Amino acid sequence: MAGIIEKTTVGHGNPFKVNWWVRFAWAAAFLYVIYAANYLDVSWVRFIGGLSNGADFLGEMVPVNFSRWKLLVGNLVETVEIAVIASAFGIVFSLPIGLLAARNMMPPWITWPARVFIALCRSFHPVIFAILFVKAVGFGPLAGILTLIFASIGFIGKLFAEAIEEISLKPVEALRASGAPFISIIMYAVVPQVQNRFIGFSSYQFDANLRNSTMVGIVGAGGIGGTLFAAFQRFDYDFLAAILISIIGLVMVSECISLQIKKVFQ
Amino acid sequence: MMSDQNNPVGTHAKRSLKIENLVKEYVPGKPILNGISFEVKGTSSVAIIGASGTGKSTLIRCVNKLIPPTSGNVYVSGENITKLTGKELRRARRKIGMVFQEFNLVERLSVMENVLCGRLGYVAPWRAWMRKYQTEDIDLAFELLESIGLVDFAHQRADSLSGGQRQRVGIARAIMQEPHVLLADEPTSSLDPKTSVEIMELLLGLSESHSLPLLINIHDVELAKRYTGRVIGLANGGIVYDGSPAGLSNENLKEIYGGASWLE
Amino acid sequence: MSEIIATHKWERFTFRERMARFAVFLGFAIALSLSISTVEVIPEFLYDAPTQAADLLVRMWPMDFAYYPQGIHEAMLETLHIASLGTLLAIVMAVPVGIMAANNIVHFSPLNWLAKLILVSSRSVNSLVWALLFVAIFGPGPLAGTVCIGFRSVGFVGKLFAEALEETNPGPVEALTAAGAPWFSVFLKGYWPQVAPAFWGIFLFRWDINVRESAVIGLVGAGGIGMVLDTALNLFYWDRVSVILLSIFAVVILAELLVTYIRKRII
Repeated sequence: MAGIIEKTTVGHGNPFKVNWWVRFAWAAAFLYVIYAANYLDVSWVRFIGGLSNGADFLGEMVPVNFSRWKLLVGNLVETVEIAVIASAFGIVFSLPIGLLAARNMMPPWITWPARVFIALCRSFHPVIFAILFVKAVGFGPLAGILTLIFASIGFIGKLFAEAIEEISLKPVEALRASGAPFISIIMYAVVPQVQNRFIGFSSYQFDANLRNSTMVGIVGAGGIGGTLFAAFQRFDYDFLAAILISIIGLVMVSECISLQIKKVFQ
Repeated sequence: MMSDQNNPVGTHAKRSLKIENLVKEYVPGKPILNGISFEVKGTSSVAIIGASGTGKSTLIRCVNKLIPPTSGNVYVSGENITKLTGKELRRARRKIGMVFQEFNLVERLSVMENVLCGRLGYVAPWRAWMRKYQTEDIDLAFELLESIGLVDFAHQRADSLSGGQRQRVGIARAIMQEPHVLLADEPTSSLDPKTSVEIMELLLGLSESHSLPLLINIHDVELAKRYTGRVIGLANGGIVYDGSPAGLSNENLKEIYGGASWLE
Repeated sequence: MSEIIATHKWERFTFRERMARFAVFLGFAIALSLSISTVEVIPEFLYDAPTQAADLLVRMWPMDFAYYPQGIHEAMLETLHIASLGTLLAIVMAVPVGIMAANNIVHFSPLNWLAKLILVSSRSVNSLVWALLFVAIFGPGPLAGTVCIGFRSVGFVGKLFAEALEETNPGPVEALTAAGAPWFSVFLKGYWPQVAPAFWGIFLFRWDINVRESAVIGLVGAGGIGMVLDTALNLFYWDRVSVILLSIFAVVILAELLVTYIRKRII
């Protein structure tokens, strides 16, 4: 080390310091890739072998088969319904929970339970919730709705709590000094500061719910996922392509709509 | 003006702020304020001066219990604030208008909404949410905006205003409460000298026209001398000067701010 | 003074603003009521849900901790490797696509749009769907899982990377271009130093997400702990299910703590 310092400070040899940490990190990453690939039995041969399978797979997808469009539309509608209901309840529940979890507005004995609840909702992937709800309430959209409500609380609740924790407390102080009741303080001094971000989170979560509601069906929780899974299992790849295209289309439409909604509230 | 009609001259005599033996300790055994007592009555204005960190802001926040005092009493128009909690404290706070150093407006709301914030202590939360204020409140708000020259800005968002304009809105919000006393915490510290003078004149004028006792934290000694009728100097947790601005000598200032070289 | 007052009326929003807001709320209300009235939910199942959930919890207890060394540990390591390797794969793919999507670097809009299409498709298709796809191509196992995590993450990483690139200060880039530096040097010395912190932040953030995702893609056969969970669920070994869920929870929390720690230290 002493040699390096001497060289760069006295000798004017290389004006750029060699960052040994970065080089070491790159070497470690490279070694890790080799080790992990071995561990997982991921090899180039298998990958190349898979590519030809993939080509066959893609080949079977065309021409896309929209002949069962009635089933497709019915499923898409159910997917949207699941997303709408779950978003509505999820957003409504996460408002108070996010507020309760904000450490600058609430005492610790309230924020702790709220934060633990949010952490629980976040830690498990929605699919795991979906499996448990399918076991609890049976197959069908109800399990999907319950799943996505919990997922929404985990996501928006956390972001909302963080947004509230970042607000300026000056107006809050001013309204407390004027004798305003707590609810009025929230509405006048807190909500205006977080409203736009909250609408952003909510519309993002609606998109996420729409995407996830295509997924929860795979484990039987309603929506288009069930049909998608069935198409996979029956090697019905041309119908599968139709389903995938409609899902992507649906998500894009909803992203456009939420963009418009955000404009209205700006 | 509106508030004068609501408060006939007879009640004005009772308007007062009395602080009695006030003590505040953030760390037990190390009081930042130690036995402060004084009284402000009628339309008199009092400036509190002192070096940074001597507890001027703490003192003014102990008056409306934004910071609860460790011991002592604060009486606003005869009512003891320090004993109150919850709803009663909120009701008492309505009688205490407060103006802040950094204005403390809700930046994303309009000027009008910010002024109406002064009525939140009187209006039920759901009415406040629906913005269903009584006509008298809205009229009073317009009247105040007229008097501070910002009526054309009523619909603009508060964050589009200049510093001086924002402080005017902050003052209008405080007057909107129809207070019995007015507190101002370094109201000119974030403003340029010219605007500072305008804000001081506005505060003093309102104190006069609404018969409000006025308590101002200020570090600009010249402004304090020029506008207020009485100066209280704080140092080491106690009052070291209480008297007319004219009587404030260099000796006093040395005691308040420490050192002497800055006076020359 | 009353004359002046009479001419003032105060309203919070203009008519148009109010109508737009009203339309959004109305639209959402209609969508919600239509959804609730047509979705096929059997109310009895909803009322029954707490009892059933309680029953599940009872059957999960006591946990079969002895199963952890037998079946969970190896699968959990596999899950972590899938997440890490998949994230690295995503980065390798996301850097060129991200550069292609950044309109201040590539001044050719069809390429921008192509890149954006790739990014959107990657994000629109759910990780489980990607997993099904690659299980169909590569057969069940961690290879499918790794590729799935990689493809699924490209959209996220690429989008954020492109945004970071678009926000860079053009000053240093102009200076380098003016000095006649070749394109690769311009990128390495002009753009990269500005986006590197964001880039590593995105990498860590996505790795954290991928730990969660790789824990479930096994449910459709793409390797890792999810396959063990699937087996336990199918065989109704609820005491094992609870241990698996607890291990996933622990790993996810540890991953999040690790990421938070590294972000604080490095970035």
